[in-house]
Amino acid sequence: MDICYYPGCTLKTKAKNLNLSTISSLANLDIEAKELSRWNCCGVVPSLASDDLLRLIAPVRNLARAKEEGYSQILTVCSMCYQTLAMANQIMQEDMEKRDIINNFMEEEGDYSGEVKVVHLLGFLRDEVGWDRLKIAVKIPLVGLKVAPYYGCTLIRPRQVGIEPLESLTLFRDFITAIGGIPVDFPSSTECCSSYQVVSNPEISDEVSSGILKSAEEWGADILISSCPLCEYNLGLRKREKKELPTLYFTQILALSLGLDEGSINLELNSDSAINFFKEKFKDVLC
Amino acid sequence: MTIEITDKTYNGEFVKKIEEIGGKDFHKCMQCGTCTGSCPMTYRMDISPRKIIHLSKFGLKEKVSGYNTAWICASCHSCEVRCPRSIDIPKIMEAIRQVTLRQNINYIEPSEISEDILHDLPQIALVGCFRKHTS
Repeated sequence: MDICYYPGCTLKTKAKNLNLSTISSLANLDIEAKELSRWNCCGVVPSLASDDLLRLIAPVRNLARAKEEGYSQILTVCSMCYQTLAMANQIMQEDMEKRDIINNFMEEEGDYSGEVKVVHLLGFLRDEVGWDRLKIAVKIPLVGLKVAPYYGCTLIRPRQVGIEPLESLTLFRDFITAIGGIPVDFPSSTECCSSYQVVSNPEISDEVSSGILKSAEEWGADILISSCPLCEYNLGLRKREKKELPTLYFTQILALSLGLDEGSINLELNSDSAINFFKEKFKDVLC
Repeated sequence: MTIEITDKTYNGEFVKKIEEIGGKDFHKCMQCGTCTGSCPMTYRMDISPRKIIHLSKFGLKEKVSGYNTAWICASCHSCEVRCPRSIDIPKIMEAIRQVTLRQNINYIEPSEISEDILHDLPQIALVGCFRKHTS
């Protein structure tokens, strides 16, 4: 099968490891991620101002183009793209007044009313691939690896666009179990990493991020996984003096468990602690 | 903290602006403090989300705009999903920020970010920040 794929800006530059591990893993599962032929930045953060329609144009244009290309679903893996596209889609489905204004404003694209479903890769793996099929596809089960799933904010909040109900978070846990790892629930799994505050208030960002990593470590995790380039930057890549828990994208451990080569995992783009941990732990697999 | 509240300190235009941009629901706030208890950033805010909502209801524009509370909020929606009155608090924080930004006042000046940091940061950090913290 194939699926319309929206990578988003950061996956083409700073987070190539998230992009390539996603595409390679899907290909390994016989799914072609067909990149939307013309896409633009989603805007990263949804405007919450009731009167700010201009910032809805960017995400809606992507959705309208997916519709024009005949797709009923659009797949994203970046958590922030997911939230921004999903919230824009919800407005186009439910708010007739705003929908009309936006459709009138967009001259190039055809009218759009929220027909395309915004899907995140975790939900796609559960619904379209299935955990049982994934288990069979795994070549290198991550046996004994204790993995802390970090949802952060934008995958699960606001509630209306969350990939699953806040009260019963199972997607990450089932994913980790399917690839042979041990899921480690920890209290900060859904806490904010400080997001873009790393630009304006970096000291706060460092405190918050360290707290999240410490929480995962205290609950016994070997590594922490996420699906957001900004979470990965705040928790992993951003240089801090203290050496902390290794962090990876969930798609990287997926690619690793599927037995894909290093070129699909791009570990060199991760933090030193992640590189060292995996080179040591999987030295027979990673040349 | 003592704050003077009189008929002269009430800025009706400010309250109207918050209502227009963020909705009227904040008037339903019963000051339970669930938002403050849920916020991962409270400890670095000048005053808590609960208090900023309260001061907004009283139309204390200068006070509300002067505190760092709305600027520290990263719209994580932890407060909103727990609010027993279903108030969209991140929307109110957005409205408070917008009142300042629409006067062409930035919280952060992009030109002052060093080259090193600019090259290090992922694009989504910069775009997200500029959208929330610049006019």
